[in-house]
Amino acid sequence: MNIFHELTVKPWATDQGKVDDLHAGRTSSRAAKKLALRVFLAVVAVLFTLLVTAYGGRMAYEDWRPAPQVSLLWANTLMLILSSVALQWAQYSVRRGRMDAMRAGLLAGGAFAVVFLFGQLLAWRQLGTMVYFEVTNPAIAFFYLITGLHGVHLLGGLVAWGRTVSKVWGDFDVAKIRQSVELCTVYWHFLLLVWLVLFGLLFTGNNLDVLLKLCGIR
Amino acid sequence: MEYVAHDASAFAPPAEVGEMELYHPKTWVGKYIWSQDAKIIAIQYAITAIGIGLVALVLSWFMRLQLGFPNSFHFINPSNYLQFVTQHGMIMVIYLLTALFLGGFGNYLIPLMVGARDMVFPYVNMVSYWVYLSAVLLLIASFFVTGGPTGAGWTLYPPQAILQGTPGATWGIILMLVSLALFIIGFTMGGLNYVVTVLQARTRGMTMMRLPLTVWGIFTATVLALLAFPALFVSAIMMLLDLTLGTSFFMPALVSMGQQSEHTGGNPLLFQHLFWFFGHPEVYIVALPAFGIVSDLLSVHARKNIFGYRMMVWAIVAIGGLSFLVWAHHMYVSGMNPYFGFFFATTTLIIAIPTALKVYNWVLTLWHGNIRLTVPMLFAIGFIFAFIHGGLTGLFLGNVTVSVPLSDTMFVVAHFHMVMAVAPIMVVFGAIYHWYPKITGRMLNDTLGKFHFWVTFLGTYAIYLPMHYLGFLGVPRRYYAVGGTDFIPASAQSLNAGITIAALITGAVQVVFLYNLVWSYYKGKPSGGNPWNATTLEWQTPDTPPQHGNFGPTLPSVYRWAYDYSVPGADQDFIPQNVPAREVARTGHKT
Repeated sequence: MNIFHELTVKPWATDQGKVDDLHAGRTSSRAAKKLALRVFLAVVAVLFTLLVTAYGGRMAYEDWRPAPQVSLLWANTLMLILSSVALQWAQYSVRRGRMDAMRAGLLAGGAFAVVFLFGQLLAWRQLGTMVYFEVTNPAIAFFYLITGLHGVHLLGGLVAWGRTVSKVWGDFDVAKIRQSVELCTVYWHFLLLVWLVLFGLLFTGNNLDVLLKLCGIR
Repeated sequence: MEYVAHDASAFAPPAEVGEMELYHPKTWVGKYIWSQDAKIIAIQYAITAIGIGLVALVLSWFMRLQLGFPNSFHFINPSNYLQFVTQHGMIMVIYLLTALFLGGFGNYLIPLMVGARDMVFPYVNMVSYWVYLSAVLLLIASFFVTGGPTGAGWTLYPPQAILQGTPGATWGIILMLVSLALFIIGFTMGGLNYVVTVLQARTRGMTMMRLPLTVWGIFTATVLALLAFPALFVSAIMMLLDLTLGTSFFMPALVSMGQQSEHTGGNPLLFQHLFWFFGHPEVYIVALPAFGIVSDLLSVHARKNIFGYRMMVWAIVAIGGLSFLVWAHHMYVSGMNPYFGFFFATTTLIIAIPTALKVYNWVLTLWHGNIRLTVPMLFAIGFIFAFIHGGLTGLFLGNVTVSVPLSDTMFVVAHFHMVMAVAPIMVVFGAIYHWYPKITGRMLNDTLGKFHFWVTFLGTYAIYLPMHYLGFLGVPRRYYAVGGTDFIPASAQSLNAGITIAALITGAVQVVFLYNLVWSYYKGKPSGGNPWNATTLEWQTPDTPPQHGNFGPTLPSVYRWAYDYSVPGADQDFIPQNVPAREVARTGHKT
């Protein structure tokens, strides 16, 4: 993106005019949908950054009581990683014209994602039945809120995934499907990254020190 | 007549971008209700926003009636006074101004000004409007539920926002929070469209630096909104959970109405940080489109290029960036660390630099211009007045030591109304008078327009100038009745009565504007395609109003920036953006 370079030109100057006349009208070579997804991911990133910041800010108070550990989350994390890997495989395959492998990758990716979501629900139930469970404990409330929001985003992804899957049987426009698979893959990788940050930073213990160091406070 | 020839445009290949598959509806309902045409969606947004804005206007009357003539009206009691204050603020800031500038003007102007046939995702654009409408309907519904709408103040600070005893603490606040969350979801859909359309769907020759400032303003404001609204979204969800599930994100342990609450350990300050991380950029989400639009109005109606175009773009971007670093200046009295206050006061005052730069450039655009005192121009000049006044009082409130004694007084109300109510609404009016001929093909009535301007301009001054003085006296904001105090003289009440009369008159005169909108639609003078002799692409469409697809069979190519007014040597005092140099009529010049 050469937008920062563009900001320095003088559009009223005659010489610049000759250059500008030939401009094709796009800022980025990416397709509109790909750019839109990236802008959306920026919005989602802000959402989760704010949540992490709020969590960290709350952690710093003396009365902070960490949420009990739910070991099932490790298995869920593995499911999400597998889901991302499968979609990556689908993308790799569609780019090489191997449609059967693409279908297999897509289906596996979706299946692992669904298993992840069920796993998260199970983790919710486990936490809810623990003796430490207290809805007024901010750590526990944050856990439900953050995992819930992450899950909702993955559910939204599954809607797009479902639309893609419904089109990959019979005759289809390969270029369009390729784009859909690529978009799904980017979204899945992003949600995996978000999950790894959330899981590593918030739900594997009292990582206040790490958070404060990240913020440059310690 | 001679022509200049041999510009690079003669060799430019045809446009590669901008052509898109348009959805062509076959039924009236498909065309005007479930419309995917950005222009229709814009009008849907505008009508909805103005409709709900009128509700907010009436609410402000009710407030003023109580303040001007206390206890004279039986339908106003302390509870619904607070509901009027809250709903007036919330509606005006979010459901009117944000929706009108971005959903209304953004949808109408972006595709036309960048030379696109429509937004890049027309279906998502349509859904965006319907989600917005749902948010508005939920907000309206809150007026009819048990307990009425929330009266927590537009900032919705917990703990009081969700404690029993605050008006609307049962259903009103729930509907408010859900409505806000919906609004944000709807806006995000629209916002993605605006950003991607500006970046990816411009026509050939339309570089970013050839964009009219209107587009720059709306584009930057959209980016701000996309990045700021998540903070409001998160805080709305968290408060909803505190309210419905009994979590303690924001709610501390407290005793309310003699009872110990079930909450423990929530942090109300966290809400304030989240709210203002959204709330301050929100000021610029409203202001930046106004900045952009007013720049174009001034340039067109003064027949001069905008002074310092590049600086204007940089200033818009700089203000946008800085607006994320000043949020805590709304929290000086929250008990925060004084060093924090110092930091935020400094960043706040730094924003004054690009902002002042813009004001100078507007004034310098007028300097030696061929000024035409059309109605849009009058409103644009009115904006400069209101914005300078509001901006200067911002310097008072940005400084901690001056701000603390003025906190929660009428001075604050006067300040933010001048800077983010009167100033942007002046631009809204100016813009409607300016673009109405393109939208309908008819001019708005000039006499009615001038009457509307003068009463609105003088009326808003009559309302807000004395209000600063009330603030200096220490008259608090949000109070249903001040009661007997030693420091507020009895004469303050006379001033309040005067302000109320001015507010009633100024509000009532808006009927003239609405009448003008309707009357001119049927009886107005036909405008032709380009009544203001403007350069930007929306005035160069083959049809007025523009048809679906905007530009006929071929998209225009752009050969110049948006501000070629009074170019020396050219026969006409404007050269449209799609006119190549070789086609510019010049008498007595040869190249």
